[in-house]
Amino acid sequence: MTDQSLRPPIVNLALMPAMAPPADVRPSPLTWIKRNLFSTPFSGALTICFVLLAVWLLHQVLSFAILNAVWSGGREACRANPEGACWPFIAQKFDYLRYGAYPISERWRVDLTQAIGAILIAWLLWTKAPRRKLAAMLFFVFYPVAAFVLLRGVALLHLPVIDTMLWGGLLITLLMSIVGIVFSLPIGILLALGRRSDLPIVKAVCLTFIEVVRGVPFITVLFMANFMMPLFVPDYLTPDRLLRPLIAIALFSSAYMAEVVRAGLQAIPKGQYEAAKALGISYFDMMRLIVLPQALTIVIPSIVSTFIGLFKDTTLVAIVGIADFLKAVETARVDPSWAGPTISSTGYLFAGLVYWGFCFGMSRYSQSMERQLARGHKS
Amino acid sequence: MRSMLKGLIAVAMACTASSAWSATLDNVKKNGVLTCGTNSATAGFSLPDNEGKWTGFVVDYCRAVAAAVLGDAQKVKFIPLTPKDRFTALQSGEIDILAHNATWTSSRDMSLGILFAGTYFYDGQGFMVRKADNITSAKGLDGASICVTQGTTTELNLADYFRSQSLKYSTVGFADEEAVVKAFEEGRCDVLSADTSTLNASRLRMAKPDDSIVLPELISKEPLGPAVRQGDDQWFNVAKWTLYVMVAAEEFGVTSKNVDAMKSSDNPNIRRLLGVEGSIGKDIGLGDNWPVEVIKQVGNYGEVFDRNVGKDSPLKMERGLNALWNKGGIQYAPPIR
Repeated sequence: MTDQSLRPPIVNLALMPAMAPPADVRPSPLTWIKRNLFSTPFSGALTICFVLLAVWLLHQVLSFAILNAVWSGGREACRANPEGACWPFIAQKFDYLRYGAYPISERWRVDLTQAIGAILIAWLLWTKAPRRKLAAMLFFVFYPVAAFVLLRGVALLHLPVIDTMLWGGLLITLLMSIVGIVFSLPIGILLALGRRSDLPIVKAVCLTFIEVVRGVPFITVLFMANFMMPLFVPDYLTPDRLLRPLIAIALFSSAYMAEVVRAGLQAIPKGQYEAAKALGISYFDMMRLIVLPQALTIVIPSIVSTFIGLFKDTTLVAIVGIADFLKAVETARVDPSWAGPTISSTGYLFAGLVYWGFCFGMSRYSQSMERQLARGHKS
Repeated sequence: MRSMLKGLIAVAMACTASSAWSATLDNVKKNGVLTCGTNSATAGFSLPDNEGKWTGFVVDYCRAVAAAVLGDAQKVKFIPLTPKDRFTALQSGEIDILAHNATWTSSRDMSLGILFAGTYFYDGQGFMVRKADNITSAKGLDGASICVTQGTTTELNLADYFRSQSLKYSTVGFADEEAVVKAFEEGRCDVLSADTSTLNASRLRMAKPDDSIVLPELISKEPLGPAVRQGDDQWFNVAKWTLYVMVAAEEFGVTSKNVDAMKSSDNPNIRRLLGVEGSIGKDIGLGDNWPVEVIKQVGNYGEVFDRNVGKDSPLKMERGLNALWNKGGIQYAPPIR
């Protein structure tokens, strides 16, 4: 108002000069730094210390991993340079880290399985993709069968059977985590619903399962599955050595998943349930259409946390003699024909990068999902 | 609760004993594959190569048993085991034979339901020092600080040895072998002590391996050998004599290269060893040709030693106690007759 009253009554042909941005809305980088990093002498000192520390750390890592690293040559080249990573070692062991002892002539089967899996997962996860229901069907029904046929082999189809003891490396890690992730969510949802059910037996069974499984360390479950079961069960009933930890990891993570889902169910106001019932909607439709979509959206961060935890927990299967990715790295670094001062650090650095890549990918995807599904509950 | 669990296991074992235990040899022949439990990753002893194929000293022993029983050294399924679960896997029947870096001790023989079938590697705790320190014998270690891995028998052996020699010492403990090697390299201790089989592998990992030497003394007995389940004497014999045949072959100069020619040798010892005369095959339940298959496909004891841990390998271990009895060591095979 005041602006208008100050203006001359005729149209002003000159452009108005741009006003300075309000100081609080968008400070210049310099003001931002001043206000946030150097507001007091103490905070200024802290800033300098931590920047120096960060730069030093970054320099250490980069100079080990890239600047001083050995990129070609063999053991002698790596021994000659104790200051940098030995990447030729990883290059030579790369196939072992990916496939384990899977026979070389059959490794295309692993590649094919992983390629199909990657395409289906991308199709499923890309929310704008067409016909995602078909993708889900393919992924949950067709893919497990195809993966089994391809990886293990069926003599009838001229695919020689590959003993699971030969599987290893990243193949095992991915297999374990995908099986765990795919089975734990549906089983976990059923367990969570069961635990909140009014039917006493269903409730007791779910409660017992969840509490027993959560009360036992995963390592113990693996030991029981691998070494006690063959003692009690006759040979022909004992599942395969790889299948045992697979079942264990699926059941184990579903118990944790059940509690995560239950937290989401409890966060839904009672009014939602009552309104649905008042409209005469059946129990399953109420859960499917009203409660679960809201509950699951709320707990996406926890679900993905569980998945990430599960992905990293797969390293525990090394204890029962299955060569997962980390175990493959540890095995590779022992090789006396590569022995040298930097071999172990290079191996672990590479393992860290691979695990971080997968976990960071999962976490980023979940954040974008959260934004898409946000229903305005959040501030 | 523990005793109840033990009882349950005993009952379960008794139930399966008759079927799965008594005839391991028949089972292996029927399955056409030998299931062998080995170390998961120990340099020189058992380690997958770049293609994932198992190689190493104890691995070759398994291959020898497979060659003896099935005539094909490749028909082995390897199951990597940790020190914690190795004996359980044998007890439960999951593996046919355990070829691990497991020390043969009285309590293991007597109370675990397993039997050690011989010693394929005489290991023992030794010392590594810096060359510059000019120490040539463990007797010169008075007042030394010693880097060890914590929580193993290494520390107990040190205490025993230094007390019996009335020498002073101090230990610097670390959680794993990697850290021990690092500390020794950085000069945080004068001596590194561990089993000799790992000392050599540790030395390779150092930046300057030639600056350190391994002292000749061993202060503990660690005989490493294959183990089988108790109560299956035939299989026990197979495990035991496969090893002896390899040792005897070295003694008589039979190698993987000359084994076919040796069959026409005049030496009665060699003729009996290779099954040309005598009944080495029939008595044990295998074909007469089995020692030939073992030596041809895997080699004699010396060849296996040199290839995996000895002079032809990066580890370059001395034969030491593992030399033949007539060459300064204690590897000795009973007569074959």
